[in-house]
Amino acid sequence: MLTKRIIPCLDIKDGRTVKGTNFVNLRDAGDPVELGALYAEQGADELVFLDITATVDNRKTLVDLVRKVAQHVNIPFTVGGGISSVEDVSALLNAGADKISINSSAVRRPELIDELALQFGSQCIIVAIDTREISVPVQTISHQERVTDRFGSERVSSHDEKLIIEHIVHTHGGRKPTELRTIAWAKEAQERGAGEILLTSMDADGTKAGFALDLTATVSGALSIPVIASGGAGNMEHFQQVFTTGKADAGLAASIFHFREIGIPDLKNYLKDQGLPIRI
Amino acid sequence: MKTVIIKYNAGNVQSVRYALERIGASYLWTDDEEEIRSADKVIFPGVGEASTAMAYLREKGLDQVIPTLKQPVLGTCVGMQLMCRFSEENNTDALNIFPVDVKRFPSGSLKVPHVGWNNLYDLKSPLTSGLTENPFVYFVHSYAAPVNKYTVATCDYVVPFSAMLHRDNFYAAQFHAEISGKEGQTILENFLAL
Repeated sequence: MLTKRIIPCLDIKDGRTVKGTNFVNLRDAGDPVELGALYAEQGADELVFLDITATVDNRKTLVDLVRKVAQHVNIPFTVGGGISSVEDVSALLNAGADKISINSSAVRRPELIDELALQFGSQCIIVAIDTREISVPVQTISHQERVTDRFGSERVSSHDEKLIIEHIVHTHGGRKPTELRTIAWAKEAQERGAGEILLTSMDADGTKAGFALDLTATVSGALSIPVIASGGAGNMEHFQQVFTTGKADAGLAASIFHFREIGIPDLKNYLKDQGLPIRI
Repeated sequence: MKTVIIKYNAGNVQSVRYALERIGASYLWTDDEEEIRSADKVIFPGVGEASTAMAYLREKGLDQVIPTLKQPVLGTCVGMQLMCRFSEENNTDALNIFPVDVKRFPSGSLKVPHVGWNNLYDLKSPLTSGLTENPFVYFVHSYAAPVNKYTVATCDYVVPFSAMLHRDNFYAAQFHAEISGKEGQTILENFLAL
């Protein structure tokens, strides 16, 4: 049976693993190669390395790091952060990455997804989506009247609501809102050739209060490609919830693993005991 | 011992190279017929799309070389699919080492592609010797060969399919042994020890 995947994410800055709350206030959590190999040994199903500095100067450092990881890690790993061209992807895959993840660059120029899928195959292209709930004021309010929100969508307002909640795609580490709605963008990414979606709820990220279950379930249900849920994991039950209620194919977390709040073997045993398909 | 990885336009094969390095095996990465024919072991990897890969093999004449090799040959992922007769992926006529047709997973309740760790059963290959009865390995694919007389490991996803094939000196695995943890490493070691 296909198993649910547990994916530790290693945020990389200057070749070191870091993780902060809501992507600010970073703390050093160790050497990425050593940590990656340790996670693989402990039963992690995949790894994600996210270069959060991602400046031009750092690309060579990242490629070197990817090569070292590939030499030492015998499970699949994904590299993301600042990837914006076929050349970037080529360099990372040649260094031994199994998949790459793109985010802002795909929002800026969605055709990049098509180009990468054509050149390298969908199986190695993950589109990462950082999403945040935004309260959108509607312009006209009356009973059973068609109203237009600020994104230009028409809907029927049936009562005196003043705000509606929309899931909006954000870029720049979740700081900058775009015009894209999360579910529509996820579908577009799939149609253009994404092999998987990495969905991060910026509202949940860093809170340790659990994954964004409703949104994850909606996105997963709308797609035929796998969805990796990210943001909000604080305990083992949260993973159980995201794989059942949230319909996620994989669960990703960072700090709870790095700071040993949850051990991967404990987590996987727990989930298996809960009746979930898990690789032990 | 001389191990060759066949070089062609089949996407990212770096993981295969690193996996061999991790187990201390040296290899040549080449598309040269002489080098391939004189190897003790040949690995035919592949990720990506079947018809493009097959067109390249024809252009290089490798479509004539691979089926006539006498030493142990291991095809993985798209490499395995190209060792079959035909793939539904862009209606590709392939090498016909295994006379079976590769089909797309039927769409239904499960997602396609099949991505992640799944377990094998009915193990009948020397390559899986030393593994547990139902080892987990890592898959990424949308097309698969049905179970047939050459199937030596089966996996279930939507339907049962061939996770491994074996005929004479030809071995094939649909999964990525190179990134399938210790189990994948054992399979590669078993192949190199044939």
